[in-house]
Formats: sequence, structure tokens, C-alpha cells
Amino acid sequence: MTAVRVPSALHDYTGGQSKLAADGGTVDAVLDDIDRQFPGLKFRIVTEHGAVRRHIKIFLNQDMIEALSTPVGPHDEVHVILALSGG
Amino acid sequence: MSNTQAANDCPWQRVTLLISTRKGAFIATSDDRREWHLSQPIMLGHTIHHLVLDPRDQRTLLMAASTGHLGPTIFRSHDFGVTWQEAHRPPAFPPPFDGQKPLTVNHVFWLTPSTVFEPDVWYAGTSPQGLFRSSDGGVNWDSVNGFNQNINRSAWCGGDKDGTPDGPKMHSIIVDPRDNSHLYIGMSSGGIFESTDWGNTWYPLNQGVAAEFIPIENPLYGHDPHCVRMSPADPDRLYHQNHCGIYRLDRPDTVWRRIGDNMPSDIGDIGFPMVLHPTDKETCWVFPMDGTAVWPRVSPGGRPAAYMTSDGGDSWLRWDKGLPKKNAWWTVKRQAMTADACHKPGVYFGTTSGELWAARNPGGRWRCIASHLPEIYAIEAVVAT
Repeated sequence: MTAVRVPSALHDYTGGQSKLAADGGTVDAVLDDIDRQFPGLKFRIVTEHGAVRRHIKIFLNQDMIEALSTPVGPHDEVHVILALSGG
Repeated sequence: MSNTQAANDCPWQRVTLLISTRKGAFIATSDDRREWHLSQPIMLGHTIHHLVLDPRDQRTLLMAASTGHLGPTIFRSHDFGVTWQEAHRPPAFPPPFDGQKPLTVNHVFWLTPSTVFEPDVWYAGTSPQGLFRSSDGGVNWDSVNGFNQNINRSAWCGGDKDGTPDGPKMHSIIVDPRDNSHLYIGMSSGGIFESTDWGNTWYPLNQGVAAEFIPIENPLYGHDPHCVRMSPADPDRLYHQNHCGIYRLDRPDTVWRRIGDNMPSDIGDIGFPMVLHPTDKETCWVFPMDGTAVWPRVSPGGRPAAYMTSDGGDSWLRWDKGLPKKNAWWTVKRQAMTADACHKPGVYFGTTSGELWAARNPGGRWRCIASHLPEIYAIEAVVAT
């Protein structure tokens, strides 16, 4: 399974867990799977039109990815990162 | 009867203020409208645009929430704010059609319950301008496609440049208490629109309203109403505070009359909120701001005051007893002023500087009942029944 790390702002959805495990062949499919496990979580990361929200970045291992169709493997790690913005 | 009870125009009734701020929600309660208890923050860190009690069951709260990072959602509480559940399907725009630019909900700005004839129906207005409807008490939200996918929507609303500094908004969703198919909406920008078929079709209702920022004479839409209200005493009486003045309309007329022309000329008739008396359709309150030059959006001259009319806007009285006399550079946003439904209604407002002010009766002394809150976005007053 792919590991997914989520920031503290999403821990209300995950019961306090910061590291999740999900199935899926792409980042989008992995997000779908964590949404099945934790309903509502994906919509906090991705808009209704499938775009990553403005202040969120997604890394696959060490690389920031733009396309949710990016393939992932069972030994990969997906990081959901909140931008350091706001006031 | 104690002195306190004798002086209270809402004897034995608890008044509750639902306070939405940039950093969370708060609930203030009072049994005599003198001593107030302020709750701990609710959803601290979330931006709360509107917190509304369902008047039909007097129990359910709906809260429009977002953070800058996580996007918009709506929470529900059935125990007056002790516990909250997130909507299963928050408002979200449908896929675009005919090559239109896709719309993404940035935040939910306004919540309105429908009438007693539709006990589980709510409406939500969003930024950018979108209308959504829930038929199950706020659990699932559907796009009102008669507006959101109307072929004229982009013409009505303009683009990203046609809105407030923090995004164009749909607000002032009003459901006629006599006929729940009859709706009004306000948009900044876009103007005021009316539907008589549950939102399937819409007609602009902006005749007589100035739009000095549009280089078109008497445009049908594109106006900037800041706050539109229907009189609780007469559903055919509408008032609105606009970017360009204060107006009144008696339906079935369709031409607004600028009653703000009767305001003192050194104050003007620019502001955000519009608050109506619960039982007297001729009485209402506004809170003017400086709308000159670059639009400072603060109280004119740093001297805040409400203005009150008791004759439908033919004349206005300054109401500043108890308010700072100088150097108060805040203002009151469109949802941040309200009145309770007591016999002599209390009037309340929250400021951009996080102060909460209350007057126990119209024309009475203003008292600051809370300070150091985050920027206040909205206040709703509830009287326990």
C-alpha cells in the first residue's frame, strides 16, 4: 500500500493519524481511497473540478507533482503539504 | 418582580448572539441583555462567514466555514454548538458547460433557512456567486442550476474583477414566508434578482438603483447591493444598503427609491449592513462608512454612528450614544449588525476590530460587551421561545 502523510489541519478527519495507507495506481486513486476511509478528506485537498487547492501542495516522495494522474507504487510515499501562507 | 426583570423588555427570555469571525465562532448569551456570557471559540482558526439557527426547530445550527488552505464546507450542530458534524456533500459547482470557465467555491458566505412549509430546506450563497440548496437540513447540497448554470450567469456576475476585495459574493438570500417558491438574491456584484419558481428562472430587480461604476445608463444588472432585507412585518417591503446608496421598495413595484438621499450630506449613504425592526416596517438601521475616494471603509471621520429611520427612510437620526467620539477607525460588515425580536428590540453590531456592541433598545446607549475578538464577519440574534 502507498503511504500518505497528511498535515495536522486534516487530523480532524483522520482521527489524529498523520500517516495513512491507501491503495491506488495514481495519486488521484490514492486520494479516492483515503476519502473512502475518511469521508470528506479529499474535498479538503482537491476542488470540485479535480484541481489541487490553492494553498496545498502534493509531493510524491521528493518531487512535487502537478498532475493527480501521476502513477504511484506500493513503496511510494505521498505527502500532502499545506503552504505556509495566511495571517 | 426585580428591577432587572422590570427593565428587561424580553423578560425571562434568553437572548443569544451567534458571532462569526475570521478565526472562529463565538456564542454570547444573556438573560437580561445587560450581563453577557461569551463562549470559548468554536472551530478556532476556521474562517466563519455565517452561523445561523434554524428558526423552524430552534435547535439546529448551520455554520459556513473554511480555512484558507482547506476550502469551504458547512457544519451542523443539533445541540446548540456542543458538537458539530460536517456536511456530507458541501456546496460545489457542477462541471462547466458550453466552454464556460469552471467555477470553484472559494467560501460559503451566506446561509438562509427556507420557510416552515419546507422544514429541511436551506439555501447557501457562495463566493464566487453561486446558489445551493439542501433538502435534508444541510447534510447534502445541490447546485441550483437555474442560477449556477444559467446561460446569463457570467453576464450578470461579471468576472473576478467585479466583486469585493475578498471575492465576489452571493448574499441576502431571502425566501418569501408566504410562498417558498419566491426568492430574492443579492450579489456583489451582479445586483438583486428575483425568482418565483424556486430558482429555476431569474429576473433582475435593480430599476432605480445607481451603479456609478458601470459606464452604462440604467443597467439592468451589474449593481452592487451590500445587504438586502425583507421586513418581518411586511414581506412586500424591502430595503437595501447598496454600494451606491440606501433604497426601499414596496412590491409589487419594481423601481427602488433612494431613501439615502435623506441622510446628512456630510455622512452620505454608503455602508454595508441593513437592519430592520422586527415588527415595525418603517423602522430600520444602517451603519454608514466612508465611501469616498479610495473607499477607506471606516466610520466617517473616525466617529462611528448608526443611523435610524422610523418613517421608512424619509428622515434619519444619528445614534451614537456610548460610541467613541473620535479615533475609531473600524467599520461594520454587511452581516455584522442585527436586531433581536424583543418588544423593544436590542440592536447589535460587531466591528472589523473585534468589538461587539449592544444597545438594549433603539436609540439607547451602546455598550461594548466584548472586545479583542477576531474580525467580526456576522452576527445573528436569537430570542429563546
